[in-house]
Amino acid sequence: MEEKGVFGSPWTNLWEDIFMKRFAVAAGFAAALMSATAVPAVELEVTHWWTSAGEAASIAEFARIFEEETGNTWVDSALAGSGTGANPVIISRILGGNPMGATQMNTGRDAEELIQAGLMRDLTDIAEEMNIRDFYVDESLLEPCTYEGRIYCFPINIHSWDWLWLSTAAYEKIGQPVPTDWNEYVDSWPALEEAGILPFGLASGWPISGVPGVLIAGIGGTDLIIAINRDKSVEAVRSDKFREVAEALDDLRSVISPEMQVPSFGDVGNQLLAGEAAGNIHGDWLQGDLQIAGGVPGEDYECLPALGLNDMLTGGGDSFYFPVLPEGTDPAVIEAQTQLARILLSPEAQLAFNLKKGSMPIRTDIDLSQANACMQKALVLLDNGLLPSGDFALSSDTQQQLQDLSIEFINDDNISVDAYIDRYASIIESAD
Amino acid sequence: MTIAAAGDTATEGSRFWRSIRQLFTRNLAAKIAATPMIAIVLVVFIGCTLWTVWFSFTNSRLLPTGSFTGLDQYNRLFSTSRWNVSVRNLALYGAFSLVFTLTIGFLLAVLIDQKVRFEDAFRTIMLYPFALSFIVTGLVWQWIMNPTLGLQGTIRGMGWESFTFDWILNSDMVIFALLIAGLWQGTGFMMVLMLAGLRGIDEEIWKASRVDGIPTWQTYIFIVLPMMRGVLVTAVVIAGSGIVRLYDLVVALTNGGPGIASEVPAKYVYDYMFTAGNIGQALAASTMMLVTVMIIVIPWAILEFGGGEKKS
Amino acid sequence: MSNPTVISTTVALDAVSGRTDFAGPQGPRPQPFFTPKRVIIYSILFVACLYYLFPMYIMVMTSFKTMPEIRFGNIFAPPVEFTGEAWVKAWSSACTGLTCQGLSPGFWNSVKILIPSVLVSTAVAAVNGYALVNWKFKGSEIFFAVLIFGSFIPYQVFLYPLVMITRELKIFGTIWAVILVHTIFGMPILTLLFRNYFASLPVELFKAARVDGAGFWRIFLEVMLPMSLPIVVVALILQVTGIWNDFLFGAVFAGTPNLPMTVQLNNIVNSAQGTPEYNVNMAATMLTGLVPLIVYFLSGRLFVRGVAAGAVKG
Repeated sequence: MEEKGVFGSPWTNLWEDIFMKRFAVAAGFAAALMSATAVPAVELEVTHWWTSAGEAASIAEFARIFEEETGNTWVDSALAGSGTGANPVIISRILGGNPMGATQMNTGRDAEELIQAGLMRDLTDIAEEMNIRDFYVDESLLEPCTYEGRIYCFPINIHSWDWLWLSTAAYEKIGQPVPTDWNEYVDSWPALEEAGILPFGLASGWPISGVPGVLIAGIGGTDLIIAINRDKSVEAVRSDKFREVAEALDDLRSVISPEMQVPSFGDVGNQLLAGEAAGNIHGDWLQGDLQIAGGVPGEDYECLPALGLNDMLTGGGDSFYFPVLPEGTDPAVIEAQTQLARILLSPEAQLAFNLKKGSMPIRTDIDLSQANACMQKALVLLDNGLLPSGDFALSSDTQQQLQDLSIEFINDDNISVDAYIDRYASIIESAD
Repeated sequence: MTIAAAGDTATEGSRFWRSIRQLFTRNLAAKIAATPMIAIVLVVFIGCTLWTVWFSFTNSRLLPTGSFTGLDQYNRLFSTSRWNVSVRNLALYGAFSLVFTLTIGFLLAVLIDQKVRFEDAFRTIMLYPFALSFIVTGLVWQWIMNPTLGLQGTIRGMGWESFTFDWILNSDMVIFALLIAGLWQGTGFMMVLMLAGLRGIDEEIWKASRVDGIPTWQTYIFIVLPMMRGVLVTAVVIAGSGIVRLYDLVVALTNGGPGIASEVPAKYVYDYMFTAGNIGQALAASTMMLVTVMIIVIPWAILEFGGGEKKS
Repeated sequence: MSNPTVISTTVALDAVSGRTDFAGPQGPRPQPFFTPKRVIIYSILFVACLYYLFPMYIMVMTSFKTMPEIRFGNIFAPPVEFTGEAWVKAWSSACTGLTCQGLSPGFWNSVKILIPSVLVSTAVAAVNGYALVNWKFKGSEIFFAVLIFGSFIPYQVFLYPLVMITRELKIFGTIWAVILVHTIFGMPILTLLFRNYFASLPVELFKAARVDGAGFWRIFLEVMLPMSLPIVVVALILQVTGIWNDFLFGAVFAGTPNLPMTVQLNNIVNSAQGTPEYNVNMAATMLTGLVPLIVYFLSGRLFVRGVAAGAVKG
């Protein structure tokens, strides 16, 4: 054996050339970075999944007001993609004992186990001090945040799926007035198809998941949506009213095939503005995309809340949670949590945030004259209270199963309406 | 083959104590070196697998805290059409992917091994897709395979009106759309792996086979390939585990569609774990994946690794 | 397959014992450039390259287009209005939440995670592979078999247990946790890689070194490692790519000060709302792919043949 090995070999050269030098650079850089960021002000890390331009602009309002009023620093941890990107990270970090100062999540039951496990901060004192029950649009919004009489999160806005968006251009083409409710809309389909216009635009994947709920509340009515979403009543699913809903979904299926679906819901917005598609059921956040594309409500598109059939909206929204921070945390950081919690609900922040987000504020005492025509319509309905949407009242597990079912049904003509009802019923039956 | 068997000249009386002592001291350096592996196998791979199996029998939701519910999660799993479609898709994708990945990888490696000029360039061109994330792989291939935007639209625009390439929206063909993108991303690495195997073959083998007048292709198939067995096993395991874990590419390219036609098991696990917050269901699905892998792999593993002393 | 195996063994023995000083060219018989065989070889390689390069062409073209052109134009057409804006934006000004600094802030964090993770995981696996081949101990094959099973488990399943383990080790939220996690998940495949490669090397080398009195580490460093350059390259490619592109483990385990670049990439590329800026997405992905690509380029020259033969002769 000749000792020509180790130290003259390319292996060592590679090691020295690439790794050691780079590591030195990286380490030096890191050290410089650390000394630069050691500022005395209290920092509060906030996680959220609002990464698109419109969403980021809205949360920037919270950050701005928080920093202006408290002098603290908002450390922004944005993680795109609610379920697949943000949720695992947020939950793991809370479980791992490295929690963020505050986090956004859906208003609903996504975090109920974290609350039960005592990982979320009790906000009841802040709530009482602010008398939040006096100004919340609907106290039912606080239900998912409440555990054993204490409040653990604050809903900060209301989003609703409950919208039928209609293309002005498409109806001009066929020379008909824009429908004012679901039934008129369905009646217009043959004329639309004849003119080569897609009656219903749809993005592939999850966007179909909100549609059944809207049909249940609109066609089936208030009692049906409450019976299914809140009371998890299997009889309600097997009722004639629900069959009408399932048949409506079957009608939708007949005008939208997989080849006609577009990749994202924003593309459907463009189809509506161009008059290529006549209608779409989607959440109010679609408006953000319509506005960016230059659409004006009342001129380029019309919005029908609750399918023009119901006088109440279904809704959910977003909430903020404040994890319990580990022992030994600077009390100033805990105080910063309190300050942020108060600010999120303040009239100033509620107005600034919701106008940018396109959602409805949770306070009734705000002047919303700046809001656009669609939001004004929604505010009228909101006076009647809020119906529980699926994302608000059902567990994430049930929502996921219903979504799987809807996606399968809308794309596969072999599943009968009866089978759809059976499967819907069995999912609701096992829902908790 | 193991050095451990060397030099045992103990007398009857001291043999027992000696063997006890040897259990700890013999090849001490080797044992210390293997400690991280042993710890990780015991704690992570065995520990976490047991954890997975145990919680698949519970009704755990967001947190692993549920109580025992027997086979409930499995009953639900087997009656879920999305899961059944996922399993079928994976079997189909897996069979094609394994065959094509290995064949293409080996052929490319052999071609590159012919002392071609610009070897570095060829190798890098074939390998670079491996550096890109699946998100963009999916996006680009989504465009190319999009009937209106992509290849079909362009070729029809050039006058060939009947040209059809709509696999991505066709429930029967969408698996092959995944395959095209998957092979694009992964075969380069297989080629490099095979190339490393070829380069590990002793120079003298080639000289000997040339002296014996064996044609090149025969040398590859009957001499080199059997000698590359180690690399081939590695390639099969890497390709296989990539297939079983197939997730990102599906999300980026088809997101399971059209409908649920391209759903795969790993996506089911991931969706139910994190989006649906149903750990019990996700772990039941994961356990089923594991059981399937074991059924396929155990007989082979016994042959490959379990046969005690084995020639290399 | 028994017959070829016999042939191969005899040839191998022949080769090791016999003719050594024939320092001819490597591989199959050298050929002049323009034979029919060469033409076929180059043609196939060329066609294969077209398949591999075609999507890259689209990515590059798209990244130099403006958004209106992408929306209304043909994806195959070169840009009418050539602009590098998307690249600048992807690197330094794309918004990822409230901060609009593009990919740049996470770059060094990714490097900080990448280097120790790649080195530790590769080194541990190389030693494992070596121990498994040359220093077998009771049960070593069983441990190895379990390890191989590990490579088939979707690793997201292990997320929560690993959070608990690293929390108990008091390293959750530090760079050590990421290194540990990457070492764990790299271990099955890398160990397999090294084990099978070392197993294919002539055992005579190891025996000779043993006879010379060399120990565990000395044989590893001076005999085995210098002969395993091609497989080290493969391991590097695998780990650099995997770790550099990892999103989940970096985001969960690394801790807030160390968030890797993929967190920003994910935010740029994966935002649910708004029309995606495809040009920026493409530029961002290619920028993120640069580090693995550079490693592929640099490691290219380590793909030399004949190391094993050289060592035998030495």
